[in-house]
Amino acid sequence: MSDTRIIQTDLSSVLTVEEIAEIDHELVHIPYKSGAAIDALKIVQKARGWVSDECLQAIAKHLEMSSEELEGVATFYNLIYRRPVGDKVILFCDSVSCWINGCDDIKQAISDKLGVDYGETTNDNAYTLLPVPCLGACDRAPVMMVGDELVTNLNNEVVETLFASGKSGGKQ
Amino acid sequence: MPMILVDGQEIAVKEGENILEACLNAGLDLPYFCWHPSMGSIGSCRQCALVQYQNEEDTKGRIVMGCMTPVVEGARFSLKAENATEFREAVVESLMLNHPHDCPVCAEGGECHLQDMTVMVGHRDRRYTGKKNTYRNQYLGPLIHHEMNRCIACYRCERYYRDYAGGKDLGAQASHDHVYFGRHEEGILESEFSGNLVEVCPTGVFTDKPFLKQYSRKWDLQSGPSICQGCAVGCNIAPGERYGKVKRVHNRYHDEVNGYFICDRGRFGSGYLNSDLRLDYAGIKKPDGSFFAVHQQQALETAAGWVAGKKVAAIGSPRASLEANYMLRELVGKKNFVPGYSDSEAELIGSILSILQSTTAINPSIKKMESADAILVLGEDVTNTAPRVALALRQSVRNKAFELAEQMGLPSWQDAAVRNLAQDQLSPMIIVSAVDTRLDDVASQCVSLAPDQIASFGHAVAAALKGGKSDNPEADATAKILKSAKNPLIISGSSMGNQGIINSAAAVAEALNTPETMLSFCIPECNSMGLALLTQNDACSLADLVNKAPKLDALIILENDLYRRGDRAEIDQLLASGIKVITLDMYENSTLDQSDLVLPAASYAESQGTLVSSEGRAQRFYPVHSPAVERMPSWQWILQLAGAVGHKKLSALEHLDQVITACAQSNKDLKGLIDVAPLNSFRNLGSKIPRQTHRYSGRTAMNSGVSVHEPQQPKDLESPLSFSMEGLNRGQPSSLTPFVWSPGWNSNQSLQKFQSEVDGPLKGGSSGVRLIKSSQSGAVVSSEVGEVTLKQHQWQLVPMQQIHGSDELSAHTDEMAELAGHGFIAIGEKVAEKLSVSPGDGLLVRQGDLECALEVRLLSRVAKNCIGFSVGYAETQGLIAGSLVSLEVDTNWQRSSPEMIASDKAAFEQVITEGGAHNV
Repeated sequence: MSDTRIIQTDLSSVLTVEEIAEIDHELVHIPYKSGAAIDALKIVQKARGWVSDECLQAIAKHLEMSSEELEGVATFYNLIYRRPVGDKVILFCDSVSCWINGCDDIKQAISDKLGVDYGETTNDNAYTLLPVPCLGACDRAPVMMVGDELVTNLNNEVVETLFASGKSGGKQ
Repeated sequence: MPMILVDGQEIAVKEGENILEACLNAGLDLPYFCWHPSMGSIGSCRQCALVQYQNEEDTKGRIVMGCMTPVVEGARFSLKAENATEFREAVVESLMLNHPHDCPVCAEGGECHLQDMTVMVGHRDRRYTGKKNTYRNQYLGPLIHHEMNRCIACYRCERYYRDYAGGKDLGAQASHDHVYFGRHEEGILESEFSGNLVEVCPTGVFTDKPFLKQYSRKWDLQSGPSICQGCAVGCNIAPGERYGKVKRVHNRYHDEVNGYFICDRGRFGSGYLNSDLRLDYAGIKKPDGSFFAVHQQQALETAAGWVAGKKVAAIGSPRASLEANYMLRELVGKKNFVPGYSDSEAELIGSILSILQSTTAINPSIKKMESADAILVLGEDVTNTAPRVALALRQSVRNKAFELAEQMGLPSWQDAAVRNLAQDQLSPMIIVSAVDTRLDDVASQCVSLAPDQIASFGHAVAAALKGGKSDNPEADATAKILKSAKNPLIISGSSMGNQGIINSAAAVAEALNTPETMLSFCIPECNSMGLALLTQNDACSLADLVNKAPKLDALIILENDLYRRGDRAEIDQLLASGIKVITLDMYENSTLDQSDLVLPAASYAESQGTLVSSEGRAQRFYPVHSPAVERMPSWQWILQLAGAVGHKKLSALEHLDQVITACAQSNKDLKGLIDVAPLNSFRNLGSKIPRQTHRYSGRTAMNSGVSVHEPQQPKDLESPLSFSMEGLNRGQPSSLTPFVWSPGWNSNQSLQKFQSEVDGPLKGGSSGVRLIKSSQSGAVVSSEVGEVTLKQHQWQLVPMQQIHGSDELSAHTDEMAELAGHGFIAIGEKVAEKLSVSPGDGLLVRQGDLECALEVRLLSRVAKNCIGFSVGYAETQGLIAGSLVSLEVDTNWQRSSPEMIASDKAAFEQVITEGGAHNV
């Protein structure tokens, strides 16, 4: 009844009509609304790049879950971003095949080039660098994803070309 | 009974239990974290590892988790095998990687399950030298302190808060080594049972915030076996005292009543005991209206002068002990004794008692209620009127899940599997109420009806059960559900102030007429039922007393603020009628201000007495510490007054045991009182039972700041307990267990050493005596239902009990007052729209000549033409349940918006200034 939350936002206008339509489409296939939690988070993230507190609350309300319940789901998965990320997310594999093939040096090269470490976003908001345990392309290790693109057989030259225009520097 | 072998020793085990339970039952120390007797097993912490062998030839065996492994005949286990002990030590060592070394400043220290387990597995030296994970803590409200760094990720908090207590706003977040247990954002925990996190958490993540402000170690606390005075449920509690202050309240296990859990009013609502409003000295009123303090003897002489040979009446109290009420009633005579609840309440409780004394239905204990597989709630918001019962109902609705599990051959303790199997399937619970209730989320159906219509609904269900045809399809459906249930439970109560509802509940129970039907009533105060049993409907009414007051010489009022009981003008008239008014109470209130002589009564934590709970269970509470200053237990004041006036019967009594015997002999329903607890002469292996732990420190020095003379320890002349550390706290009847502790088990998990078996009754038996015996003749109730005719623009007032705020005493605790907020008027969305008001706005509520300006709250569902109001708040004093009122927007209302209460605001500002991180 009485709402004790500190910040109260009007949640009805947070999600777009398109986002709601897409979430509702997922709901058709499942017996429990909360079952669409992951899909709904992905839908919103696809549109906005990340999931803000307001979005999370709005999704929770739409799926008749508590914010805490949905937060548990959202934060459990590394690839649901609860903080803003750059235009492209670099998912850099640091798992065993890539490690054997020298990914540590390449990661260092990327960090030097872009001026960011794991979990950080470049100042121009172009890239966010995150580690990932495996991308399923061990035969072409070391690998990483830049945005939706898989980059294989990484070496310093590949990094150099890829981020040639990369405005470097800064952390966020 | 299957036999198993543990380290070569044969152990008889219970069919279907797991090996962890079997070990604990056999008295073996097998460490554990995530398992909890009332929440089952999930096998998450890996601490209860032991070795299981395939057969006699198998010498290597394999590691299994005790809590996840069912026992079978002939199974072989080892706790002592080297790989098992190494494994368990490794688990603790890995938990310690991130656990801070902050035991000396941690409130859990000295009663920490993690400390106990660390010692038990023999892990001493830490090898890890790296950095530890650190977290930001959250502000969780005035009751619970959060310290996430200490977390060992056992998941007990989440499983308790969400799965067991139905809370929605606490959860596990993130994964692997940075799991975080907290809210989505900072704020007050919503559950009425949040305080149990303090006892559920095996370490110091969730601790008792008010206790932190006046902290003492568990071993420095003096504890007493007590009974909660917060409502009529009669939960067993163990308050802890030091330096004359009750510092905290812990749950005291009772298998049939509260089990392991109490509500937040019970745990945090005793802060008033240390309030400045408490009386220390007797006082006689001076002509200018102020009081001057006098000593006990002088006060007694004055009182005796006003009472001896005079016409005296008395008012008892449903929040005072049975013994004090009995003494007072004997002193002034039955005809001059007013029970002390309001006249309308007296009738309701009287009728509930007579229903329970004649019904064919079972009058269930709370544990019994948990067996219900279909529930009908008539007119009660159980979470607010009998909180602990509501927690039990949340378990009852899970019987559907256990039923499904049984069909699948799943043990009920396989918690994750059982929940996965059942998903959101629950046993049916139909709630019929005027406004939304805090159990709506687990109800299969909620019906919103005005009070009188709730009664009609009940009678329609009864008619449908008897085969008649009701013209109400919802009632027919309800009848069908109840009929097909094995253990149906009907719950109602007095909170709506409506006799019809109570009658209809009895009618449903009688119509069901199966041997397993249960019927239970929620009643308001800790001794309401005791008063009803004592007076047997043979008492003077408050109204009659007001009328005959001019003919009286004196009036004695026992622990009662009359302004909460009746019409203000009427009480004013009574107290100002020129008679001498003598009042016994704990704290200052309006009634006390109007008295001529006040006598300082000892609180429940300073006195002994008996309370009778809503199920009719008489239970004894004992002092935690001796009365401070010149306070004296009420029964003793009355006894001494009786002696001073030479009362024939009473002046022959000296000790409480004699008072209890006299009270028990005074009426047949109270006979059982004698057996409630052992006599004063009971000794445990020759000595009294200590209230202090054996390492209680500074006993002779703790007052040296005031005086270097070492005072003698106070003597308890009335009970088998002592204010001392000498003696034996083991093996005594469970009504006399002041705290739990066992070698190696310093935390509250030591309880299992006091239980006869895991989750079973205490070794000393289930305490208390159930006084209500039913004649089984069947409750005969009137089917008459009230009727309300509303004029245009009129609404019917529906009382809304609030767990934090409606109770007289606990509301004087700062934290409770903060959570209670302002008195309010609660309306449905349509009414709000019509009046163009939103939550936080003000409405003028007119009831006859009375006009109250009240804050608006919104209801999620409400019966037509009904509005709710907060009961027991100063702002709503005078508003009467069921009366008709008109509403008007208060144009002078000052919103206290943005809706933010004081501590929220402080925390919020702190967050702003410190950039989010803070430790309260």
